[in-house]
Amino acid sequence: MWSYEKKLQYPVNIKNPDPQMAQVIMSQLGGPDGELTASLRYLNQRYSMPTDKIKGLLTDIGTEELAHMEMISAIIYQLTRNLKPEEMKKSGFDKYFVDHTSGIYPASAVGVPFTAAYFQTKGDAFADLTEDMAAEQKARATYDNILRLADDPDVIDPIRYLREREVVHFQRFGEATRMVQDRLDARNFYACNPSFDKNCGRRGCKK
Amino acid sequence: MKSRKDLMQMIQKYDFALYDLMLYLDTHPHCTEGMRLFRKYRDKREEAVSEYVKNYGPIQALQSDAEKKWNWGNGPYPWEREAN
Repeated sequence: MWSYEKKLQYPVNIKNPDPQMAQVIMSQLGGPDGELTASLRYLNQRYSMPTDKIKGLLTDIGTEELAHMEMISAIIYQLTRNLKPEEMKKSGFDKYFVDHTSGIYPASAVGVPFTAAYFQTKGDAFADLTEDMAAEQKARATYDNILRLADDPDVIDPIRYLREREVVHFQRFGEATRMVQDRLDARNFYACNPSFDKNCGRRGCKK
Repeated sequence: MKSRKDLMQMIQKYDFALYDLMLYLDTHPHCTEGMRLFRKYRDKREEAVSEYVKNYGPIQALQSDAEKKWNWGNGPYPWEREAN
């Protein structure tokens, strides 16, 4: 189970609303490389992982992604305070507003609603962990793009924090991949599926 | 007495160190130096959290000592500027 902590992982305190920036950052909530898909990816994949350590790692990173989702939502919430119709029309936020007012809804920057098709659970440790490493790089690249568009230090600060976490998660997933490899026959890591086949890695030559 | 904001930022700093250490220890479970740091920041965090809870209310529902009026639902909520 989970229990809620009434705090953000890192502070978000944005003085000036900016609906155009909100719409761009929205992609890290409900877009293809956003925090919601990251969280669901790891929390769903963890069940079929071959070792306790990797089950634990996916649980902990999947949980941290939920905290990142809340930070992104806080950024969007604060960037869309007290909006006037003229501002919304000028910034293009009017198209989001007509469907969601200033509520938080997970969609990409161009308004495509969130879908579970953004991630996969393959039930194969190498396939899943390799997807996880790619996902962290794609999220890092998205944050780099947001940083190219952002000019408000109040926005840049928490976005930089989130970007750095992607780099750390990528590192941990790389270690998890090596931990799976270490249990297998180095001549052919793919001879069996360590998430599915019984005794996978227990036969063959000893190192 | 420390302000709500200062105490919250202290807790966030300790939590950042602890979460990063936790992920590191997940893949390096024999790193005794990592575990020493984990215990150190865990203790500092506990101190800061009890001061926060005493003065500004629970961060988790289980920390509530309310007897007459339930205080877990009180704001500000984390996504509001006043909470940061």
